[in-house]
Amino acid sequence: MEKKEVLVLEELLGSNKKIAAEIRKKLEDKGILTINLLSSPGAGKTTLLERIAEGLSPDYSMAVIEGDIETERDSERIRAKGIPAWQIITGGACHLEAKMVAKVFSEIPADLDFLFIENVGNLVCPASYDLGENIRCVILSTPEGDDKPKKYPQAFTTSDCLIINKADLIPALPFKVENAKREALEINPKLKIFITSALKGSGVRELIEYFQSSLRKLRQKNA
Amino acid sequence: MHELSIVASLFEILEEKAEEQKAKRIVGVKLQVGALSGVVPEFLETAFNIYKKETLADKARLEIEKVPLKIQCQKCHTEMVKDDFVFICENCGSRELETLGGTELLLEKIEMEVS
Ligand SMILES: Nc1nc2c(ncn2[C@@H]2O[C@H](COP(=O)(O)OP(=O)(O)O)[C@@H](O)[C@H]2O)c(=O)[nH]1
Ligand SMILES: [Mg+2]
Ligand SMILES: [Zn+2]
Repeated sequence: MEKKEVLVLEELLGSNKKIAAEIRKKLEDKGILTINLLSSPGAGKTTLLERIAEGLSPDYSMAVIEGDIETERDSERIRAKGIPAWQIITGGACHLEAKMVAKVFSEIPADLDFLFIENVGNLVCPASYDLGENIRCVILSTPEGDDKPKKYPQAFTTSDCLIINKADLIPALPFKVENAKREALEINPKLKIFITSALKGSGVRELIEYFQSSLRKLRQKNA
Repeated sequence: MHELSIVASLFEILEEKAEEQKAKRIVGVKLQVGALSGVVPEFLETAFNIYKKETLADKARLEIEKVPLKIQCQKCHTEMVKDDFVFICENCGSRELETLGGTELLLEKIEMEVS
């Protein structure tokens, strides 16, 4: 039996990266800004999307891709706001992959401003998968504790933006905003940080302004 | 855990390469896994050993090289290995650092039996 060693040096997630790059290109050409939301279950992604939908209306349009292991519940919440939403049920998978996003791609209207992707609730696995987004946001809710950035570094090092949500609960918690900010910036100095209460609506305006200015930059680049 | 999905992607590449080389069997696989790749090498190994059954790689050995996070300061050009993932230069305190390694998730090489 003859043995042979073959040098490959290929990225294991190379095919996901390739699909993601194609998605990004197509969406950018349409002038759509895409935002991927990562967090643990219950950090407030869907609630935040409901507030963003209210804040963007009526001047801007948005749509949402919902990733969930089992149910349609989150996309129903979004549709109740008059926003188009597609549910991707991953059937057990703990993350979305670019090929799943590619499946609903043909249904996305061309005249959209923002496409949000609510990833499966998990602070580990989704971080490995580029979905073709322009902005990746990690959401940390205050009850989770201010020490999470270093416990789940990849979610924070691969994100552009950190949203500290459930700020309204801070008085009742040992959570120190300064600690969370410092930890997060130590592992990723480029993070833009927003502090919100999706429940009360505070801080959402600033976040929307950041998305709007990113959209303007994308369209200037296209022009 | 997404290690099983990653192993599924690995096997797609393995099957393609085995066919290219007309391999009878895959006997060894070497991966490079960065400290900031988001993947736990031990889980990857478990997933590999489950997945490989009834494939061309059923007896394959998996070797995983763990690659530490290596960064370089853009101000003073010091290179450093960071186990704590803190992106602050140990020499000059700058936060402008470039990542040189530690985020990879690579199939480095395959050992196969041919003919
Ligand atoms: N107190 C408080 N509760 C919130 C906030 N945002 C979301 N929640 C609650 O947290 C729970 C989970 O929210 P949801 O948006 O479904 O989280 P998701 O799993 O990340 O989509 C719900 O009961 C929300 O009402 C917030 O800013 N403050
Ligand atoms: Mg949700
Ligand atoms: Zn330096």
